[in-house]
Order: sequence, then C-alpha cells, then structure tokens
Amino acid sequence: MEILLAVIVGVLYAAGVYMLLRRSIVKFIIGIIFMSNATNLLVFLSAGLVQGSPAFVNDTTVDTAHLADPTPQALVLTAIVIGLGMVVFILALKYKYFEITGTDDLDQLKQTDTHP
Amino acid sequence: MITLILLIFSLAFVLFLLPRKLKGYQAIFISFLLLAVFGWLAGKIKLVSAGSTESEAVDWLPQLGLNIGFLLDGLSLSFALLVSGIGVLVFLYAHSYMKSYEGTTKFFFYLLLFSGSMLGLVLSSNLIQLFVFWEFTTILSFFLISFFHEKEESRKAAFQSLVITFVGGLAMLAGILLLGSQVGSYELNDWIAGAGTIKQSKLYLPGLLLILGGVFTKSAQFPFHFWLPGAMQAPAPVSAYLHSATMVKAGVFLLMRLSPVLGGTPEWTSIVPMIGVLTMLIGSYFAITQTDLKAILAYTTINALGVLVLLLGINTAPSVKAAVLFLFIHAFYKASLFMVAGFIEKKTGTRDLNRLGGLMKSFPITFVITLLALLSMAGLPPMLGFLGKELIYEAKVQSPGFASLIFIFGFISNVFMFAVAMRILFKVFFGKPVNSFSVPINKKFFFVFGPGLLILLSLILGLSPNLLGKEIIEPAATVVFAQKVNVELALWHGFNLVLLLSAITVVVGSVLSYVLIKNRSVEEKWDRLNKRLFPVNLPHVFTRLIESFVTLSKRKTQFLQHGYHRYYILTVVVFTAALLWLQLILTRGWDFTLSLTLQPFYISGLLLVIVIATVYTTITSSRTRAIISMGVVGYGIALLFLYYSAVDLAITQILSETLIVVMFVLILQRLPFFAQLSRKSSKLRDLAIALVFGGAMTVVSLMAINVNFSSPISEFFMANSYKKAFGENVVNVILVDFRALDTMGEVTVLVIAAMGVAALFKSKTLKK
Amino acid sequence: MNSVILQLASKYVRGLLIIFSVIMLVRGHNLPGGGFIGGLLAGLSLAYKGFAFTQDIVEKEMKVRPEYFMVIGLVLVFASLWPGLLLEGTLMQGVWFTIPFPFTEGYKFGTPFLFDIGVYFVVIGVTVLFLFSLSEKN
Repeated sequence: MEILLAVIVGVLYAAGVYMLLRRSIVKFIIGIIFMSNATNLLVFLSAGLVQGSPAFVNDTTVDTAHLADPTPQALVLTAIVIGLGMVVFILALKYKYFEITGTDDLDQLKQTDTHP
Repeated sequence: MITLILLIFSLAFVLFLLPRKLKGYQAIFISFLLLAVFGWLAGKIKLVSAGSTESEAVDWLPQLGLNIGFLLDGLSLSFALLVSGIGVLVFLYAHSYMKSYEGTTKFFFYLLLFSGSMLGLVLSSNLIQLFVFWEFTTILSFFLISFFHEKEESRKAAFQSLVITFVGGLAMLAGILLLGSQVGSYELNDWIAGAGTIKQSKLYLPGLLLILGGVFTKSAQFPFHFWLPGAMQAPAPVSAYLHSATMVKAGVFLLMRLSPVLGGTPEWTSIVPMIGVLTMLIGSYFAITQTDLKAILAYTTINALGVLVLLLGINTAPSVKAAVLFLFIHAFYKASLFMVAGFIEKKTGTRDLNRLGGLMKSFPITFVITLLALLSMAGLPPMLGFLGKELIYEAKVQSPGFASLIFIFGFISNVFMFAVAMRILFKVFFGKPVNSFSVPINKKFFFVFGPGLLILLSLILGLSPNLLGKEIIEPAATVVFAQKVNVELALWHGFNLVLLLSAITVVVGSVLSYVLIKNRSVEEKWDRLNKRLFPVNLPHVFTRLIESFVTLSKRKTQFLQHGYHRYYILTVVVFTAALLWLQLILTRGWDFTLSLTLQPFYISGLLLVIVIATVYTTITSSRTRAIISMGVVGYGIALLFLYYSAVDLAITQILSETLIVVMFVLILQRLPFFAQLSRKSSKLRDLAIALVFGGAMTVVSLMAINVNFSSPISEFFMANSYKKAFGENVVNVILVDFRALDTMGEVTVLVIAAMGVAALFKSKTLKK
Repeated sequence: MNSVILQLASKYVRGLLIIFSVIMLVRGHNLPGGGFIGGLLAGLSLAYKGFAFTQDIVEKEMKVRPEYFMVIGLVLVFASLWPGLLLEGTLMQGVWFTIPFPFTEGYKFGTPFLFDIGVYFVVIGVTVLFLFSLSEKN
C-alpha cells in the first residue's frame, strides 16, 4: 500500500506543480493546496502506516510499539491549519491583485509594481 | 591616546547640543580642543626624539587577533602634529569662512570627526584598525566635499572621490588580509618583525599591489589622480585641510608606515617610483594651463604627492629624509595657499585667473603671504621649500636604478612648478585691477591668521632648519627607513651641482612663465593642444564606467527579475527536481523492501478516486468543477488519515477542506472565469516538468519510509502522555503540552494571517 | 441561495454545531478532538448560516467582533504559560488540579486545557474573520 500512497504523493506534487505554472489565479491557488496536501501526506507516510491503532494511551497501556506514531500526526495537524491560513491569505492577495489589475492573468503581475 | 580619540569623537556629537548662542563660536572651541591635542603631542617631542615610543592597547576581538592599539613614534608623531596643528588653523579660518552658510554645525561635526579619524589613522598600530579609520576619512570626505549638495557638480565630485577611494580602500583591506595571513597577525610590530617572511612569500606581490591600490587612490596617484581636482568643489577649509595637508597624505603615510615591511624589494623600487614620476609630471604639466585657481592648486598637490611617492619609492636614506621634510614643506605652503584662494574667492566672487588681477593694493598682507608661499612652492630661498627642493634633487641624483631619467623628469616638473607659481602671483596680484568686490572687506583676521602663521613658520624654519630637523624629521625618517638616518639641514650648502640645478630651474621657469603671462593666446593654444594630445578625459571615463555598470546591473536584474510569476516558479521547480534526481541517482537507494499490494481493495479504490479527481481538477475548464474535485481530493486524503490511525488529523482535514471550499465559493463570484491563456506547447512543457518533479517526490517518499531513525521522542510522548500530562489522546497532548511552544507560534501565525486578510479586504483599492 | 429548508435548519443546526464544538474541545485531551477541531467546527457553523442567508446577516447578528475572539484566545494562551513558572519553576510546565465532582473521581483541569481553550478561541476568530473578509462587498 505504501507504494500506491507514494504514487499518490507524486501525482499530487505533479498536479500541484502543473497548476502553479498556469497563468490563472484560481488555478495557482489550487496548485498551492495540492502541494500542501502532498507534503502533508509525505510527512504522514514517512512515519510508516499503521492500521486501526491510533495513539491513545491510558494507565493500563504497556506496549506502545504497535501504536501509530503521534509526532508526525501532530506536525501534519499543525500544517493543515497553517495551510488553511496561508491559502486564505493568498486567496485574499490574489483577489486584491485581480481588483487592481482587472485581469486573471498572472503574467500581468508586473503592473502592480508600476502602479502609481 | 585612546581617551584622546574617544574624546574627539564624543565631543563632535556634543556640537549638536550647544545652545544657540554658542553655536557661532563652535569652530573656536574646536580649535582650542585641537590646540590642546597639539600641545600634548608637542610635549612628547622630546621623548620621541630621544628614540623611545609610547603605545597603548585594548583587547577588541582577541579571538581574531584584533586589538585596538595606538603607537606614538617618530612617524606618527610628525603626522599627528600636522593633523592637529593645521587643524587648529583651519578651524579658525573656517570660523570666518563658513559664517555665511547654512548647516555649519553639521559641517564642523564632520570636520571634527575627520580630525579624530585622521589622528586615529596615523596613531594606529593595528592595520585592521587603521583600515577602519581610513574608511572613516573616506566617508567623511564624501560628506565634506558634497557640503554644497545643491550643486550637481558637488554631488558628482563627492561621489567620484567616494567610489575611487572606497574601491582602493577595499583593495587595501584585501592586501592587508593577504599579507596578514603570512605573519598571522595584523599588528604593525609583528609585520615589521616578519618583514622577511612577507617579502619571501608568494603572496607578496599581490598583497603589495592591493595595498598600493589603496595608497594610490587615496593619494591621488596616476591614473586615479582625477578625483582630486574634482574635489575642489568642497569649501575652502576642506580643501586646505583634507586635500593638501591630511587626507591625501594618508596614502603617503601608509607607504611610509609599511616601507620597512614591504620596501626595498625590486618590485617596490620599480612600481612605486614609476607611478610617482608619472603623477609628478602630470600634476605639474596640467597645473600650468588651468585657469581655476583651486584647480591649479589641486594639480600642484598631485605633483607634490607624486614627488612624495617617488621619494619613498627610491627608498634610500637621503630620499626618505627628503620625503619627510617635503611632507612638512608642502603641508605648510599648500594649506596656506588654499586658504588664501578661498579668501580671494570669497572677496572677489571668482577664482578664475583671467578675471582676477591687481589685487596687491587691496590685500597687501595676503599678497605677502602668497608671495612667500609661492616662493616655498617654487623652491626658492629663503623658504623651507628651497631646502626641500635641494634635498630632493640630491636624492634624485643619488637614486639607484634609472636615476638619470628620474632626474630629468624631476627637473622638468620643477620648471613647471616654478612657472605655475609665477603665473599665479602675476595674474592675481599684478596687472590691471579687474575686479569689483562683491563682498565688503571686513573681519579678515582669521582669514589671514592661519596662512600667515604657517608661512611665518615656513620662513623661520627655512632660516634655521634644524629646529625641525633633529627633533622631528630625524625620528620620523628613522622609523620609515628602519635605520638611523642623520638629518643635518642647512639653508646654504655651498656652490655645488644641486645649486646649479636650482639656478637653471629658475631661469627656464622664468622664461616659460614670462611667455605665458605676456601672451594669453599661448596659454589657450597650449590648452587646446593638450586636449588633442590627451583626448581621454578621465572623469568622463569614470562616469561612463559607472553608467555602463548601472546598465549592466539593470540588464542582469531584468533578466533574472523578469516579472513573470510562473517562470520564477519554473526555475525553482526545475532546479529542485534536478537536484533531487541527482541526489537520488548518486545515493542509489532503490532497494525497496516493500511489495506492491492492492489490498484492501476499498483503499485502492479510494486512491483511484483521488487520482481521478486530481487529474480532473487540472484539466477541467469550469471553476466550480475544479473546486469540487479539489474538495474530493481533500476528503479522500482525510479518509486515508482515518484509515491509517490518525483520527484527529482526519477530522481536521475534513473541516479545513470544507472551509477552503466555502471560501473559494465565496470569492469565486467575484473572480473571472478560467481563460485559456497558455499555449499547447507550454502546457506540454509544464506537464513534463510536473511529471519529473512528481516522480522525484514519489521516489523520495518511498525512501523516506525506509529511512527510520529511531523515534525516542514518540516513545517518550507515548510513555508520559498519561502519566505526566494526564491525557489519553497523545496527539492532542503533544499539541497543547509537550510541544505547546510550537502551537503557540502557529496560533500567532494564524492571527497574523487573519489580520493580513482583513487588512487586504478592508483597505481601499486604487482602481486602474 | 434562498432555500427555506436550509434557512430553517440553520437556526437549529448552528446551535447544535456550537454545542458539538464545545464537546469536541472538552473531550479533546482524551478522545479525538481539541482546540483546532472545535474552533474549526464553530467557525463552520457560522459559514453554514451564511450560506442559508447571506453573510451580511450573520455579520449583523454577531454581537462580538471576531478580532475579540482572537484577542481572548491569545490572552488565554499566554496566561496558561505562567502558572508553570510560578508553581513548578518552569515556563509552560503543565499544572493540574482536580475539581471535585459528585459521584466521580472529580474533573481534572490543567493549564494545557486552558491553552487548548485559547487555541479554540483563536481559531474561531480567525475563521470568522476569514469568512467575513472574503464575503465583504466593496
């Protein structure tokens, strides 16, 4: 299964890069989201996959070896929320860009600099 | 000495705090301060001439071998005396000169800082520290030259001198570092002790050339000499102080300082005198056809600097002796000439030789001062200058190597200097009065006090030269030559070859100046001839060089910062992918132990859905469909998290994905439809790049599974989550307890992002 | 969007979602949940109402500006750092005490939980501010 998941990571990265290279604003943002999803999955995958044993412990738990690794999970959880904040910020930025230049075309990005 | 420098630097800042009433007298205060410094230094003359030195050192960065160190020996004492002594007179002069200008406090602030830096420079015993002070003088000189910054020429000249001396200074630093690495220290004493090592090392020549780069730019040697005439845009006190007596001598000082370390080699005795001779010739030759009084003085200064460099390059006992003596002579007469020139310009409103004339009647005292100063410059008795010229001739005659050539050039240059002196004298003070005075003559005491005192000194010392010789020249020359140099000076040497030479100089120079003064057309023709003979205008070349440099960097910036968003990303992605593949191929970590399974089938199915949704997002032409299928990808990943034991992750992913979709929908109404902007070829190119990058990431993630560093942190978290943090959900405990600092940072970032978004939307937009 | 069913449902669903988000927050230390999840849920409840009506109505109805949520959250987060320093000698050290509760062993309350509440409020503030900003009419 890891191999398939790794392929998914690759597909997401490829789609992300492809979308980042488009000239349209919305596609660009979708590209960012793909990239962040792919990275989350990569971090998650690198810890190894464990089925059905989330990291919950109590005073009777002795053996923790079979539990899923909680550290990458905590990292990815943080990353998801930060990613959300970042995507919205870029969304706002690009919207403002559209408002100023009146175009969806990122090739016109230069115009924002020469704005009076 | 440390307290001395610190005192000067801190008092400079006090200038701004002076009450308004005292502001008018700040120059007087400073001159008293410098007089005290001068007095303190003068008190050390006896000590130093007896052969002892004084030094102070404070640790600065001992790990790097950098100390703040000051050394008072014969050489630094004579320079420090010049800097502080002439400083006193210049400040008194500036007190009168600067009265009618705005921003005098700033001016005196810079000028006082300059005196402090110059003193620091000559007293430094550590070469890095010397470099720091050196750069201080460069920067302060920039501010002082550009004092009349409303004028474009001022700014241009200041920029020119800044760039040239700055580049030279950097070269010098490189040279110091190179040679310092050979002896492992930047202390002057270590350098002198390790002179043999330095001279034999392979880095000697590059180091020497780099240091000479600093020396030659600072001391306006050919081909960098052109900044000095430009710097005449500065107010007269600055010219008198910086560009005659002190700053331009910093290069000469360094040459003298390092002469025991670097001097005496064939490289030294060929490069240094050659540049010196060229500079000397150029200075005197161009001085003769100038019409701007200050420009003439600037070119004669170039000549004098050339002479000094030449003498130090010859590097024999008589030449070193002559150099040290000439240093004083030149400082005396040139500072007073500059002050007189400033005075004349102030009173008549011009410094054009052809518009001046007959000033003898109006300014008798100034006339006497100028006459004596010019005599000293021309090298005539009874002034100190005569002694100097005699000594220089002697040194040239005795110089090893291409002595006869140096000798002939020296003779030519002296003839020119004589003619220049006569020309100034006659043009300004004799003939018909052509001026109407724009400024009434009043309060001229300080205008003539400085130059008068200097010239009086020059006269007295000319008559009894040993006042200067034994006590000051001898210890200084001894330091420079690193051997005992006997200095016996006398105005009258008896009839000998050198005296004969002086006589011939006078005769030829008189004829030349007579022709020039009598017939103005000769001067003009000569000027035109010069322009044809030397078509290269160095300041112009400099400007062109700077311009082309700016153009080059503009082009470079336009090439790299082209403003096409996707090409920036393209560059980053392509390089990342290339580096990743390179590393993957180099490490060859292909041996995966995992086997390909499709079980359980519902997960395989889920993965298939994710892939289809991803691909569909990239190809669909409808925004809504793209966003919905993007959501499908996000939810699919959430399910993956759920299946592989990450419950919290799954919930968070679902919620954040929902929010993203919601926000997209909110903003989508106001964004345009997808346009088909890219051409097919660029789409194919991007697809190829994306696949290469994605492939690399797949291999990386497969390798990442295999790389399993031991996970002590997770074990610790799991072992202590319940016992110490009283929480069963380890992920949550990590977030709020074990790694709460990270979470705190994250929360702060979120708040900042939210504020950014709010600000972006609430700000008024400028519509195009 | 003018769906009567959606509008009617939103009245109740919103309240339910907010209660649910608090439950998620409180149980987060031992079961799936926590400040992030709770905060996102509460934020979404407002988005839900916004979809049913318009965001303007939500914004008008909202008595407290989202910025205050963020401020309260940050204050709670920072406040939770200090008890550890005062009582245990280390900044951010968790401090726990038991609130007696009849018929059970008592409810455990500690500074990490306070921290989580802070995160909850910050996330609510941030999401609501995002939603309001993006739906703002110029």
